[in-house]
Amino acid sequence: MTLAYLTSSAFASQLINLCAAILLLLGFAMLAQRRVLSLINLFMMQGLVLCTSTLIVAITTHQPHLYWSAGLTFLLKVLALPYILHRLIRRLSVKWDIETLLNIPTTMLIGIFLVIIAFNVAQPISLLSGTITRATIGIALACVLLSFLMMITRSKAVPQVIAFLAMENALFFAATSATYGMPMVVELGIALDVLVGMVILAVFFFQIREQFDSLDIRHMEKVHEE
Amino acid sequence: MNAYAILAQLLELATALVMAPILVGWVNQCRAWMQNRSAPPLLQTYYTLNKLFHKEVLLAHNASSLFHSAPYIIFSCMALAAAIVPTLSTDLIFSPAADAIALVGLFALARVFIALAGMDVGTAFGTLGARREMLIGFLAEPALLMVFFTASLISQSTSLSTIVETLAHKEIAIYPSLAFAGVAFTMVSLAENARVPVDNPTTHLELTMIHEAMILEYSGRHLALIEWAAALKLFAYSCLGIALFFPFGIPEASDPLSLTLAAIILVVKLAIGGFLLALIETLSAKMRIFRAPEFLGTAFLLAVLAMLVHLLLRA
Amino acid sequence: MIELALVLGTPLVTAIILALVGHRRYAAEINAAGSLLTLISAALLTSRIIAKGPMWFYEMQFFVDPLNVFLIALTALVGFTTSLFSRPYMRIEHDHGRLSSGRLRLYHSMFQMFMCTMLVALSTNNLGILWVAMEAATLTTVLLVALYRTPASLEAAWKYFILCGVGIAQALFGTILIYFAAERILGHEGNALLWTHLNSLRMQLEPTTLSLAFVFLIVGYGTKTGLVPLHNWLPDAHAEGPTPVSAVLSGLLLNVALYAIIRCKVLVDGALGTRFAENLMMAFGLLTVVVPAFYLSRQKDIKRLFGFSSIEHMGLITFAFGMGGPVASVAGLLHMTVHSLTKSAIFFAVGHAAQMAGTQVIDDIQGLLKRSPTIGWGLMLGTLAILGMPPFGVFTSEFMILTTAIKHHPWATPILLCALGVAFASMFHKVQGMVFGEPTVKPLAHNPALVPVFLHLGLVLMLGLWIPPYLSDWFRQAAKFIG
Repeated sequence: MTLAYLTSSAFASQLINLCAAILLLLGFAMLAQRRVLSLINLFMMQGLVLCTSTLIVAITTHQPHLYWSAGLTFLLKVLALPYILHRLIRRLSVKWDIETLLNIPTTMLIGIFLVIIAFNVAQPISLLSGTITRATIGIALACVLLSFLMMITRSKAVPQVIAFLAMENALFFAATSATYGMPMVVELGIALDVLVGMVILAVFFFQIREQFDSLDIRHMEKVHEE
Repeated sequence: MNAYAILAQLLELATALVMAPILVGWVNQCRAWMQNRSAPPLLQTYYTLNKLFHKEVLLAHNASSLFHSAPYIIFSCMALAAAIVPTLSTDLIFSPAADAIALVGLFALARVFIALAGMDVGTAFGTLGARREMLIGFLAEPALLMVFFTASLISQSTSLSTIVETLAHKEIAIYPSLAFAGVAFTMVSLAENARVPVDNPTTHLELTMIHEAMILEYSGRHLALIEWAAALKLFAYSCLGIALFFPFGIPEASDPLSLTLAAIILVVKLAIGGFLLALIETLSAKMRIFRAPEFLGTAFLLAVLAMLVHLLLRA
Repeated sequence: MIELALVLGTPLVTAIILALVGHRRYAAEINAAGSLLTLISAALLTSRIIAKGPMWFYEMQFFVDPLNVFLIALTALVGFTTSLFSRPYMRIEHDHGRLSSGRLRLYHSMFQMFMCTMLVALSTNNLGILWVAMEAATLTTVLLVALYRTPASLEAAWKYFILCGVGIAQALFGTILIYFAAERILGHEGNALLWTHLNSLRMQLEPTTLSLAFVFLIVGYGTKTGLVPLHNWLPDAHAEGPTPVSAVLSGLLLNVALYAIIRCKVLVDGALGTRFAENLMMAFGLLTVVVPAFYLSRQKDIKRLFGFSSIEHMGLITFAFGMGGPVASVAGLLHMTVHSLTKSAIFFAVGHAAQMAGTQVIDDIQGLLKRSPTIGWGLMLGTLAILGMPPFGVFTSEFMILTTAIKHHPWATPILLCALGVAFASMFHKVQGMVFGEPTVKPLAHNPALVPVFLHLGLVLMLGLWIPPYLSDWFRQAAKFIG
């Protein structure tokens, strides 16, 4: 294996495919995960894979703004958000098991169906794309849907938020794989929104627990006359 | 078809029969080392087989003919399975028959007979073991098939020889799908070969045993055949794993030189594989039987993911 | 140039000032003054656009044409009247001890921040910025909905955040797909998300991608618009937040989300050349008209009742834009205007009514007319207006929508009429009991600000009787942009 091969786009696209596959696996792992702490670690790994794949695309295609966005991903999703989440669950002392509304094997089966749907939807688009990462659009969409599923099937507030952040990760991956990333100003705006949203939610957690003595969303569902 | 193909086929069968007990001995040895126990000799399985062959067969009064024909059927199934997995060469006379789905069928046939034999005498343990075995098999087979399908999709064939040829001679590339399939295959093999974390081959604890529970009533040469068949199954699965995921070094020709070379490579690979198996068994704890469906469900999921990932990233 | 800077900058600066002094006595006045300044700059911007036609600002990142300048003006107007209304309303809430000074500061600051994000969303030319602004609007309103920190309000805010967060994530995927289609033509220099660029090249955009993108966009922004079946957050958020927030949610935020859908629809229509986007909007619209009509009669909370009514009207507007054509588009724009004016007026009246009764439960609010004729009449007239009684403007727009439907989609007409009839019966019955009947309510401690109520209702009445020529020109121009 020569140096030329290692820097070629064929090799890069293989690496990115690997990253995509790992992201999908992490998506399922998050879906199956029962513990909050491990969930945060999985989220951090997702950020790391995302950062790696962005970096690979940046190196291969020489797009300067992708270096920035890889750096941003690293700071925000590998360092800042997991740190906030870790602090949060320490302060709230929520280390217990996550309760799911559906049992895990059923969730997994639904997850597989979602992946198949996503692949079918993305198929025509992947064919049009000219990027070295085009095959991964379907995986990105699948990850979005998996996070969506996770959000629906979790009853506690913290896992729901992690699912929300994971969804944002998947969208970011979709942007990188379909188009080599959105324009910088948009990306900055999205990152800011995510960060502010996270801070607001962190405040919220304390309020919710104060009012309900629990972070279980089901406790919030008082009967509404509809 | 040439003479060499017949030679290679015979040689492969002989290798399987000879090497299988040694592989079991090697795994046990490695495990004993890692657990700080004094290791049994490498050839311990041979001594056991030898002892059992010289012992008298004791049959229960109500044992039917199924009970004493089952060991022969199981043994021949496993011997055939070990013979059609390409280990030394892909140019074998059984190659046209060496279909991945047929292989799964062979394993299933053996499973049905061992389960029937377990229930035949009518003891509680036999039935319990048989039921558990069928549960595991019911979950493991789809996962195994999915793993084969992934490999078949890559090589456009369900013939094991073609799969190995395609995979062994492709340029080096990263296959995320094969990585997933490999993990799934490992999990299935652990369950199918009654290893920790699904079953423990060394204990006779009534609450946990699966494989051992079915064969409690066997003795003498019947037991020897079943033990040998179990060793052959482990060998077949190991060779299958090697053929699918590390096929480098399996030659297409079957001349004496390449066969010798292939045999050396195979021994090295098996030694490493056995070591890794012992490592997994040492590091993991046996799980409750009710967790086994989840374990195999994960394997199935991984195998399906492997297939989907392959479809998307290559199609 | 300076007008747009003022329109966007004033709320931002006011928000920062209020973040520092929002708890003082005079904060409400600062809030109103800031909103007035925004309104004046919006009026200046409008006159400039009317005179000179569409304009770009700041390296084409902002774009103002007749379509969005009309919504900017409307937003600034309702924002101003709401700030007038919230002055006595919030004072009463403060006196009742429902809000601490700190919360009041948060409210004032976030109200202006919310105005700012909506104005950015309306005026930006960049679909990415549009998304960012919509998400920011969600975040600010989440804080506003949860202002009381009661269990119910926290639940509503959480539901709102999760549902809209998920929804808006779908919209981001749609935006990514549009960018993906555009990048192949425009290159990735950052221009590929500018709406005007996309619009000029819309025939060349790849149809498959665009149709998929539109599905994601309508689901995403549709969640914020309150389209059925994505409407679940809306009644809760309206019921549990402070009333001024309900007024701006109904009156403005839903419009802005719908505006985002319309902008995207224009692109998709051009690229596809089929009625795909229109049919999708009509289907969503029809569903959104019919479903809430049957929920209305079961409501016990007055703000939830009007929340469901907002959903219904959003459905009607979506249906109108889905039908397309000059008449339906003008009707849609007119309905957007009159709905946001009427609905905010109703919420102003309802807010004070709920304060008088000390509850939002319909059965416990009785005899408003005897205690405070102005609030009673305000609520009655507002309800009549929103139910489509002539001579109010809502009647005009509904009439136009129905006649277009009879002409082009006759099958939909009976469904629409039936839904409107059911809505009329259930809402009128409930409001009648509140306004007339034996009083259970007490007078208010402070004088309510009812100028906004009657100002809005007056405008709606005027639009029903006579649409000023420049306004109708303006509607027609905007409708031409929509197609």
